[in-house]
Amino acid sequence: MEAIVFYIFATAAVLGGVMCILQRSPVASALWLMSTMFSLAALYVLLGAELIGAFQVLVYVGAVLVLFLFVVMLLNLGQRSNDLRGPSGIAAALVIAGLLGIELLALWRYSPRRLAAEVAQGPAMMDAAAAFPAGQAMRQAAAHNVVQSVAEPLFRTYLIPFEITSVLLLAALVGAVVLAKRRI
Amino acid sequence: MEPARFLGPSLALSAILFTLGVAGVLLRRNAIILFMCIELMLNAVNLTFVALAQVYGVEGWIMVFFVMTVAAAEAAVGLAIILAIFRHRQSVDLANINLLQG
Repeated sequence: MEAIVFYIFATAAVLGGVMCILQRSPVASALWLMSTMFSLAALYVLLGAELIGAFQVLVYVGAVLVLFLFVVMLLNLGQRSNDLRGPSGIAAALVIAGLLGIELLALWRYSPRRLAAEVAQGPAMMDAAAAFPAGQAMRQAAAHNVVQSVAEPLFRTYLIPFEITSVLLLAALVGAVVLAKRRI
Repeated sequence: MEPARFLGPSLALSAILFTLGVAGVLLRRNAIILFMCIELMLNAVNLTFVALAQVYGVEGWIMVFFVMTVAAAEAAVGLAIILAIFRHRQSVDLANINLLQG
């Protein structure tokens, strides 16, 4: 049952991505991208990350895509000319993307157990079974509150990156205002 | 419960989505759609993080938060740049944007 739901949302995500890069109008493109992001939120829930699914809907769909739609409507792009590249450009793009896709699809065969086995076969640095305890971290997370299990490492181990992120957001805010304003 | 559900399919899906994003960046010349394709790539990476967080712990989720923040900041600054260029050139076609100094 879960597998069926997974594949339905996966198909929806891929379809949304394909339509997003093929649509001529930026608004249609943004709406297809929105369907991809909703499908990804559903997949996050299936993968046990309900919190991330909620943030996906709030941040990506609620903020980033609405920003895109605002800008598209602000620009008033008039006539819809075909903006695909020429035939040679399309061929080059398909070759590059195809090669990249084939390389990345090797991940399909990925499993932590196999990685642990391969690490164990190499020169022994540490115990591979101890390095990759399957599912142990998630069981610990499930034992606690989910938000607590995310917040604790975020505000302890990753406190400095978190603070740097706030500086980044401030810089982006000021930068966007400076760039977009006609005259300060 | 099996510790890691849908690990291989999730990674394959994120590979497909990332490839679609790269193809979009290479195929299109509309700067706004280019940025949407970059968002698609970042989403694919997020899916990888969430799928692997099932095995390696919640650090993957924290990375997703950071990626989301960077994506939001990037979208804001990038769209501001597109707005400034559009005001200057009346176009968002990358073929018309070939000078850093406008």
